[in-house]
Amino acid sequence: MTLAFNEEQRTLKDTAREFARNQSPVESFRQLRGGAVTEGFSTDIWQSMIELGWTGMTFPEAYGGFDFGYMGLAGCMEELGHTLVASPLLSSVVLSGSAILFAGTEEQKQTLLPQIVSGEKRIALACDEGFHHQPTAISATAVKEGDTFLLNGSKARVIDGLSADLFIVAVRTTGNAGDTNGISLLLLDASTPGISIEKTSLVDSRNYARLTFNNVCIPASHLLGEMHNGFAALDKALDRGRICLAAEMFGGIQEIFDRTVQYLKERKQFGVLIGTFQALQHRAAHMYTEIEMCKSILMLALDAVEKDSGNAPQLISAAKAKISETYELVSNEATQMHGGIGVTDELDIGLFLKRARMSAELLGSARFHFSRYATLEGF
Amino acid sequence: MDYKAFRQDIRAWLEANCPASMRTPAKQEEQVWGGRNIKFPSPDAKLWFERCVEKGYCVPDWPVEYGGAGFDTEQTRIFKSEMRKLGCRAPQVNLGIWMSGPAILEFGTEEQKREHLPKIARGEIRWCQGYSEPGAGSDLAGLQTRAVADGDDFIINGSKIWTSYADESDWIYCLVRTDPDAPKRDGITFLLFDMASAGVEAKPIELITGERHFCQTFFDNVRVPQKNALGVINQGWTVAKRVLEFERNMMSDLGSETGSNVEPREAALHYIGKDNNGAISDVILRDAIARHEIQKRAFDVTQQRMIDEFTNGAGNMNTALIFKYCGTEEEKRKFELLLKIMGEQGLGWRDHQHFTESELNTTIEWMGAKTHTIAGGTSEIQLNIIAKRALGLPGVLS
Ligand SMILES: Cc1cc2nc3c(=O)[nH]c(=O)nc-3n(C[C@H](O)[C@H](O)[C@H](O)COP(=O)(O)OP(=O)(O)OC[C@H]3O[C@@H](n4cnc5c(N)ncnc54)[C@H](O)[C@@H]3O)c2cc1C
Repeated sequence: MTLAFNEEQRTLKDTAREFARNQSPVESFRQLRGGAVTEGFSTDIWQSMIELGWTGMTFPEAYGGFDFGYMGLAGCMEELGHTLVASPLLSSVVLSGSAILFAGTEEQKQTLLPQIVSGEKRIALACDEGFHHQPTAISATAVKEGDTFLLNGSKARVIDGLSADLFIVAVRTTGNAGDTNGISLLLLDASTPGISIEKTSLVDSRNYARLTFNNVCIPASHLLGEMHNGFAALDKALDRGRICLAAEMFGGIQEIFDRTVQYLKERKQFGVLIGTFQALQHRAAHMYTEIEMCKSILMLALDAVEKDSGNAPQLISAAKAKISETYELVSNEATQMHGGIGVTDELDIGLFLKRARMSAELLGSARFHFSRYATLEGF
Repeated sequence: MDYKAFRQDIRAWLEANCPASMRTPAKQEEQVWGGRNIKFPSPDAKLWFERCVEKGYCVPDWPVEYGGAGFDTEQTRIFKSEMRKLGCRAPQVNLGIWMSGPAILEFGTEEQKREHLPKIARGEIRWCQGYSEPGAGSDLAGLQTRAVADGDDFIINGSKIWTSYADESDWIYCLVRTDPDAPKRDGITFLLFDMASAGVEAKPIELITGERHFCQTFFDNVRVPQKNALGVINQGWTVAKRVLEFERNMMSDLGSETGSNVEPREAALHYIGKDNNGAISDVILRDAIARHEIQKRAFDVTQQRMIDEFTNGAGNMNTALIFKYCGTEEEKRKFELLLKIMGEQGLGWRDHQHFTESELNTTIEWMGAKTHTIAGGTSEIQLNIIAKRALGLPGVLS
């Protein structure tokens, strides 16, 4: 077990840090959030990420990747979290790419993975349907008739669902919402007749869509993985997404924590720096202890992912839960400790506060993961 | 005084005069702020406002000659409780009603009372509060805005910040330094002046909610008559502290003035659902909702207990120190809880196609709640005050 980045991974992380600070500081996110760009991210920045090779990090060489692993990618995600960089890394590379890698036929992998790596295609995973993340609660149905599936139903919170080229849709082919059995994955071209794609505006100003399927016809060959048995690959892909999202969140946590500690050393009231007040010192010190533990649990989960250990799912749940709770704590404290300026739009803290709540809900809230952890641990 | 009969009269009047549409919680944009540019969101709001003004019900406890209804403490309590029971909206909101008006009643000259109070009662003048400065927030007494005597006037220079609604207000009550050589609490004057005076400029600042409530307010050689000081010149700190008490009392209200009134319990039934036994199916959230309700109950009955204790001659003023802190902190927790209950529906942003008004308001109020533990004295300052005044602990700054 290694709970530290190796030298190569550190170099990559440093590159990502430089990239985020110089090419895509928080100011860039501010420009995007007005909604001027449909994609919700800068296509130039995305192109640069592709050129840096980040889109290929988690795929074997046979599919155009270079097998650098999740430690490496998560290090990048963490750095991107520091400046709120919006990009389809999570949606296209991590969630969709790994679903294809885990479930796809050789031919599907050969065709699609290189297209993800090169950025030729952007793929979005459509899984959630209700108010909360609950990947077994799938009601959208696909009925097989001859050579086609007939798809009906709807999807919510499809990350980067606007202007995606292709969707991976989790559908129910048998059983009832809540069953793990009976879920299948389908590849769906975004231009297929019968799909409606609607933008939803959420507090973190990123690209989210709701999809509605009205008798959408999908060739039977577009089944990804086994009929009725898609859940295992789906859950494993979601787990890759969860840990990468947790890494991004961890970057955000550190950023606002550092900025807050800095403020405690700059702002004066009553003739002294406010960092002099023990009421604030202890809370800052407490956050420090939580952040240290977040880092450990994140590294533990990443290590398990790299090794594909049997207990990776519960460790990922542990990391996502812990980091979601800590992001809530730190974003609230950062706001409060800045006083009046903390609740202005001008200060960046508010942007992180909004991203904190959104990313906590995405791919499972702390409560979802507490419960999943307990189930997986058998109690 | 026959309070029972009084209660019946009030109820009958409210039932006859408060339009049905004024008996639902008011959203931010439905509140009627008084002032030279008074605006009404609906004809009913105007009617309700006018009827209340005529009876002095915007300020029921103020003397009749200043535009109030002349109610005693018990009558006022009954009036408010009947308003609450019917769910009647406040006919008018105004910092004049909550803050400058009561201060003028307590510290003003007869001339000041006659000039200002009726205009507040009738919603003709809207007030804002010029306390905080870029360098003086928690340490309010460190304020630097200068007022220099010039004949019968003061000339004011400096700037205030976080001045809520300064750009929409007609008058300001403002703390200025009139004696820079005195110890910091002894050289402050509490000054009232017209925001239309030459040299006043208010620049709105955007909040995390996207609203533009507060401003940075600049004073460039603003000329104000010295007789506009409320209370004694250089002793404005006494008035300022009293007004802070009014403000904190008002803010203790657990956000119920403008609340979306979405209760976590009801929200959970909709967004989470019940199990076969009829219990909220997420046990973690169910416990958190119970915790919130218990806290809210304890909070509500603390106010009642205080009144009962005072009535029985054994009141303790220190109890009142907890309200601002407990109320606003619990409000923050309540909205965090609501967000968890609502999932994606609690995180919409100006998307009227996919979110209901109430959902979008809850999100805004979640952010708004963050401002309430800062405005009116931060939670940390409230705890300092408790440590100092209730516990007598040494060396506390507040
Ligand atoms: C929505 C909103 C509306 C407002 N409206 C008005 C208005 O109309 N008029 C007006 O005059 N002002 C207004 N204010 C200003 C408000 O009163 C100040 O923001 C508040 O007093 C805090 O001051 P500050 O912002 O300078 O923060 P600071 O005083 O700089 O505080 C920064 C942090 O340090 C902490 N801190 C400071 N001193 C201590 C201490 N001794 N011990 C422990 N912790 C400490 C604070 O609690 C806070 O967490 C408003 C503020 C908000 C958010």
